[in-house]
Amino acid sequence: MAKKITKPTPELVFGDLWEFDPAPETADPKLKKRYDLFINGSFVPPRSGKYFPTINPANETMIADIAQADAADVDVACKAAQKAFTSVWGKMPGKERGKYLYRIARLLQDHAREFAIAETLDGGKPIKESRDFDIPMAAAHFFYHAGWADKLEYLAPGRQLAPHGVVGQVIPWNFPLLMLAWKIAPALAAGNCVVLKPAETTSITALKFGEICQEAGLPNGVVNIVSGAGETGAAVINHPLTTKVAFTGSTEVGKIIMRSLAGTEKKMTMELGGKAANIVFDDAPLDQAVEAIVNGIFFNQGHVCCAGSRLLVQESVAEQVLAKLKRRIAVLRVGDPMDKNTDHGAINSREQLAKITELVKSGVAEGAEMHQSACRLPTKGFFFKPTLFSGVSMSHRIAREEIFGPVLSILTFRTLEEAVEKANNTAFGLSAGVWTDKGSRILKMSTLLKAGVVWANTYNKFDPTSPFGGYKESGFGREGGKQGLLDYLKQP
Amino acid sequence: MSQRLLITKTPKCYVGGAFIRSESGRVAELHDASGAFFANIAQCTRKDLRNAVEAAAKAGPGWAKRTAFNRGQILYRMAEMIEARSLELAEAIMLGGGSKAEAAREVAASIERIVHYAGWTDKYEQILGSVNPVASPHFNFTVTEPMGIIGIIAPDDSPLLALISLILPAITSGNCVVALASQTQPYPSILLGEMLATSDLPGGVVNLLTGQRSDLIHTFATHEHLRGISGVVNASDRKQLKLGAAESVKRVRLQKSEEAIDWFADSAQGLYDIREWIEFKTTWHPIGA
Repeated sequence: MAKKITKPTPELVFGDLWEFDPAPETADPKLKKRYDLFINGSFVPPRSGKYFPTINPANETMIADIAQADAADVDVACKAAQKAFTSVWGKMPGKERGKYLYRIARLLQDHAREFAIAETLDGGKPIKESRDFDIPMAAAHFFYHAGWADKLEYLAPGRQLAPHGVVGQVIPWNFPLLMLAWKIAPALAAGNCVVLKPAETTSITALKFGEICQEAGLPNGVVNIVSGAGETGAAVINHPLTTKVAFTGSTEVGKIIMRSLAGTEKKMTMELGGKAANIVFDDAPLDQAVEAIVNGIFFNQGHVCCAGSRLLVQESVAEQVLAKLKRRIAVLRVGDPMDKNTDHGAINSREQLAKITELVKSGVAEGAEMHQSACRLPTKGFFFKPTLFSGVSMSHRIAREEIFGPVLSILTFRTLEEAVEKANNTAFGLSAGVWTDKGSRILKMSTLLKAGVVWANTYNKFDPTSPFGGYKESGFGREGGKQGLLDYLKQP
Repeated sequence: MSQRLLITKTPKCYVGGAFIRSESGRVAELHDASGAFFANIAQCTRKDLRNAVEAAAKAGPGWAKRTAFNRGQILYRMAEMIEARSLELAEAIMLGGGSKAEAAREVAASIERIVHYAGWTDKYEQILGSVNPVASPHFNFTVTEPMGIIGIIAPDDSPLLALISLILPAITSGNCVVALASQTQPYPSILLGEMLATSDLPGGVVNLLTGQRSDLIHTFATHEHLRGISGVVNASDRKQLKLGAAESVKRVRLQKSEEAIDWFADSAQGLYDIREWIEFKTTWHPIGA
């Protein structure tokens, strides 16, 4: 292909000519001052009487006290779930189970605004993301799985299916309500009851979901939410009644769970970390690619297991892509997550901010070139500038470790084979992106990339019908679609 | 007429399409049902296991790339090669003490099992994969891919049928396997290797080792290039394998050796055994101009 010689587009720089007026979302998230555990259909205080504060990462103010469940509370929750399974839920015709799921989906839509605000307050993600993505997608998962409940015999031809009973689920803090929906919707559709532990820093929407269960009239004990830290999660996972365990989180914790369950016959699904390669060939539609690269790494401040955190650009267009990226991140609006114009909100916690900072330092120390947006960060709260690294090599820590933050490592390649080699040269295998105008190359790349999800000429797309999950150390089992649902059923 | 001196056979393991003895040089005596010496069986070591994994890694990409139709042809050819030598296999099984009828039944069931999976190679994808109706303008489809190399640990009993029932679902979808044969009745696996060598199955797709489970369990558990472990083992081995699997997030499917398994049943084969050793890959592409 002849090399196009194009004049650089003149940049429109407005400087400080106009400031955006703040456009804060102001609806009432209807929060309580104190959240108890949701066990057996009621909110109950933890037996230990212990609570921990949850703060708004955007300004470090306290939002509410969250109950801390210990092993005794988890035991009560698991027994409630088991009782609900044997006495009500396990026996209920699928058609009736499905109607409860439809109700939950509808109620989530009814309360969408208040959930979106609660999610942004507690987690720091921009309101436009929680409003337009997290909450609608959570409702969509309940809608999708509601319809499966009375059609399970079509799921796996030739196989008899039965629910596991009580499922123990532990979810991360990056998409609190959405991860809950990914876990609870298929589990319930399959006829299981659940004990779910939300992440320590983002418990509010999970506990608010308890209110939705009450409003839906869901039988007591079908869904139980036990908040707390790692020990609470361990109690859920190791409880003898949870015969099936589903975990989403880091590969490190996933391995700890696998070890702790090694002596048991429990079934597991693991949705773990990633270090996705987003691969841009020289014939790609570069402007579209740049938009999606930015979305791929800065969506939810990069707190995404499938974030496109390694950009592999074909050498001939590398300079051009880097220039476009630098220009694009300069206009990302970083700041108050509650502002409707904000593109990039707060880092979820002080610990995560420290981890990102440490890895970024290692990038500089190892010799990669850093480019950051010149944006002003709020003085309070946990914020980090959208960051690019060019001149990254495969041995750099920022090319190998999951940063889980707004940091893009840019590498280059010359041939397709080199791109594949670099993309696959990682213990992870969750997702990948490919940008090219050539159809046969897309299919070839999609075949060669060792990843559970391949986005071609798009990135970070999700849907309840589309199975999600990884190869290798990114985990096993799938979530979403018929493949994900089957993981919540066993042979009787 | 003078009695001719018989040529005794040194049983060898089948690795990478070649016949090997253990690098350890160690053997264990195998006796027939009457207690008479039958042969010296190689006692494979972790080094042998690692070599076998390497052989499987070489064969893997080529085997996975074969068309589904071609894999079906090759599996069916395996059945043809074994059918022709079924009497020999039955005699090997009888070394363990079973009756002629029982041994013949096991061989027949093994051949049927191969034919069963030969028919699956170009069908499982159509049932397990999907086109997904996403709510955005994207074409979205889910296909299956083999995981890579699967470690197999066969039980003592049903030395041919159990071994082959564990191997087949993995190789049907394009995985390669490294299998440890029955510890007490290894000889049928030796013959199986000889038969595979004359089938069209590329060398290295199926690698068969003999020896002591206790020598090899740890390496099966921790070898990072084994992406899955399928086996019939006791409680302590299950725990050890799962602990090792955690280190590289390996897939395991372990059946209990303390419980009787009916290898002859239809439930010991099928689509959902294939599903254990595949990965699902979902691809998105915009629909538009």
